[in-house]
Amino acid sequence: MKRIIIATVQDRGGVLNRITGMLNRRQFNIESISVGASDVKGISKMTFVVEVSDKQKLEQLTKQLNKQIDVIKVLDVTDKAIVTRELALVKVVATNQTRAEIMTLISAFRADVIDISKDSLTIQVTGKPEKVDALISLLRPYGIKDLTKTGLTAFPRGYQPEQGFSELNSISAHG
Amino acid sequence: MKVNANQEVEVKSNLVTGSDLLVQALEKAGVEVVFGYPGGAVLPIYDALHRNDTSFKHVLSRHEQGSIHAAEGYARVSGKPGVVIATSGPGATNLITGITDAMMDSIPLVVFTGQVAEQVIGTDAFQEADMIGITTPVTKYNYQVNNIADLPRIVNEAFHIATTGRPGPVVIDIPKSISETVTINDYEDDFYLPGYQPTVYPNPMQISKITDVLSKAERPVLLAGAGILLSGATEELKQFVNNWEIPVVTTLLGLGSYPGGDNLSLGMGGMHGTYTANTAIYESDLLINIGARFDDRLTGNLQHFAPNAKVAHIDIDPAEIGKNVKTAIPIVADAKQALNVLLQQEVKRGDYTKWLDKLKSNQKKYPLWYDRGDSPISPQWLIEQIHEKSKGEAVVTTDVGQHQMWAAQFYPFKNPDNWVTSGGLGTMGFGFPAAIGAQIAKPDHLVISVVGDGGFQMTLQELAILKSQNLPVKVVILNNDALGMVRQWQETFYEKRYSHSLFSENPDFVKLAESYGIKGMRVSDEKDVPKVLEEAFSHDGPVVIDCRIDRDTCVYPMIAPGKGMHEMIGVTK
Repeated sequence: MKRIIIATVQDRGGVLNRITGMLNRRQFNIESISVGASDVKGISKMTFVVEVSDKQKLEQLTKQLNKQIDVIKVLDVTDKAIVTRELALVKVVATNQTRAEIMTLISAFRADVIDISKDSLTIQVTGKPEKVDALISLLRPYGIKDLTKTGLTAFPRGYQPEQGFSELNSISAHG
Repeated sequence: MKVNANQEVEVKSNLVTGSDLLVQALEKAGVEVVFGYPGGAVLPIYDALHRNDTSFKHVLSRHEQGSIHAAEGYARVSGKPGVVIATSGPGATNLITGITDAMMDSIPLVVFTGQVAEQVIGTDAFQEADMIGITTPVTKYNYQVNNIADLPRIVNEAFHIATTGRPGPVVIDIPKSISETVTINDYEDDFYLPGYQPTVYPNPMQISKITDVLSKAERPVLLAGAGILLSGATEELKQFVNNWEIPVVTTLLGLGSYPGGDNLSLGMGGMHGTYTANTAIYESDLLINIGARFDDRLTGNLQHFAPNAKVAHIDIDPAEIGKNVKTAIPIVADAKQALNVLLQQEVKRGDYTKWLDKLKSNQKKYPLWYDRGDSPISPQWLIEQIHEKSKGEAVVTTDVGQHQMWAAQFYPFKNPDNWVTSGGLGTMGFGFPAAIGAQIAKPDHLVISVVGDGGFQMTLQELAILKSQNLPVKVVILNNDALGMVRQWQETFYEKRYSHSLFSENPDFVKLAESYGIKGMRVSDEKDVPKVLEEAFSHDGPVVIDCRIDRDTCVYPMIAPGKGMHEMIGVTK
């Protein structure tokens, strides 16, 4: 099962290496990882998307993360009401014939063109992984020259309904 | 501003090097002894050791692995953190086995490694090795000091992390540019570790769940691990066990946490544990684990591990609970604190009479057994002799392998902290240097290092320390000219294809000891054993005894790999 886990960590030297090393050593499969500053100086947030086989493995994962001296808090947000976003940059082949078509197409995804050259367009799209993946698959027939994704970052929503529902229960494979 | 001469003197005397700050921090931490080996990148530190009248002593080994295993032995016996200093590059990498060993067996160490100067870090400089990268997977935590102002705080933090919660090794990598910097002597060492707050006190609700199930259980077993020893909870355990009359199985590392040979002691569990201990776990309906981590050498095949038992697990490390065995009652706490709360509960024991009777009869029917020879000596009998001649009160250290299992089986420890062995990592070459550390921790105690001829040859250069420090360690080599356990597995599982497990040319261990100025003895006849042991144990100095034991003797009983606890072989002759 796919889980989204947010770890709040102390921003000390080697912390990313320490955590990814531990996950790798203990054979946890990380699908994506994104790291960034939080609003507190010296504290960073890491968002992991991991594939675990069962509940026991998941419990081990959160416990092993918690055991790290630099880790302050671990939150499995998968079953919470959350907002998730990732960003992708896609460089797609665009000729005079296809350029307008592509630009119309991406506008439905509220994606932006951030660079134009003679034979290509670079598109920036932000959103849930499904949306990003959908746009990428629509662009694929035009010929993708280059693609990069930031990995998922997530937040629990300010309002949590009593019955936990999940925006991501049906999260599909991506990345 | 007018500066008078006195003021200038005062300013100057307040200037120190990073190494002086380190020495001060070690003194402040109450360090008694440092195990180490000098080299280029730690020259400033060694100079500070020379210049300062330190309150701790330094023990010079002959190989960094000797230093760190000695520090482990010291820590295991004294309960205080072991401190090690080694130089950068090869000095530091020579420590890796010991660091990993300490990590696996939860031994508190603070390890200082030299590092090349900051200006050349990352340039493949002479004797440069990335110790942070190398030690991250095998330490509880590690630091590189990049700012002199951080040094006192880092040392303070390191001792705190190493010794609290689940103990473990902490490495501090100190670039030469830091240790030789001249600085003012006025840095704070206060620290704040928001991500590290071990849970020490148990949840009382969970504790009462244990007494609830105990009152309903018919076949309870208590599994006592090293956590009992690390938290100093042997008295509490004894009281709890006696109040409730629960039979106790000890893990390899937990030997001594409950008096071996006591009425309720079933002995060691696991691969070479007693039949009674293993079947007790297998048949139990309630298994209370205090401070053990359900290691695979204990559990055997997990599918057959305590299949009918409700499992309660008390551990200070939450990640150990539920890692290998499904746990009904998880309790995160220090063993001593948990036992204290358990002791406050009303004793309403179930009826265990039938169970205890059955275990008693198992013990009678299936005791540990061995074949007596005359010459060469039967190793198990030799251990029994050692036990007798040392009145069961010696500190015993071992490596890994047959001699370790025989010592664990046939030397029942009545006291805690007398058993020093490499359990998790299974390190050859551990036992002898560990005995050096143990003897330094307990100068007046009889310390016996039971080693094999294989393991001893991995770290025997430390005989030099015995001489230089005048440590009366008794080294008993169970010499079968073979890597006994490897040989045993080849006999049992590889159709006697003894691939590289038999030694054809061992040194003369007696002459070897003598060349270090140490008394050497040899015994190959059982009838001479008592006399030799008596002479050695009463000798006022170190002794190396080369005991010629039978090569073909195997360690039994045994749970073969992949088998369950109920499938022991070699239970009877």
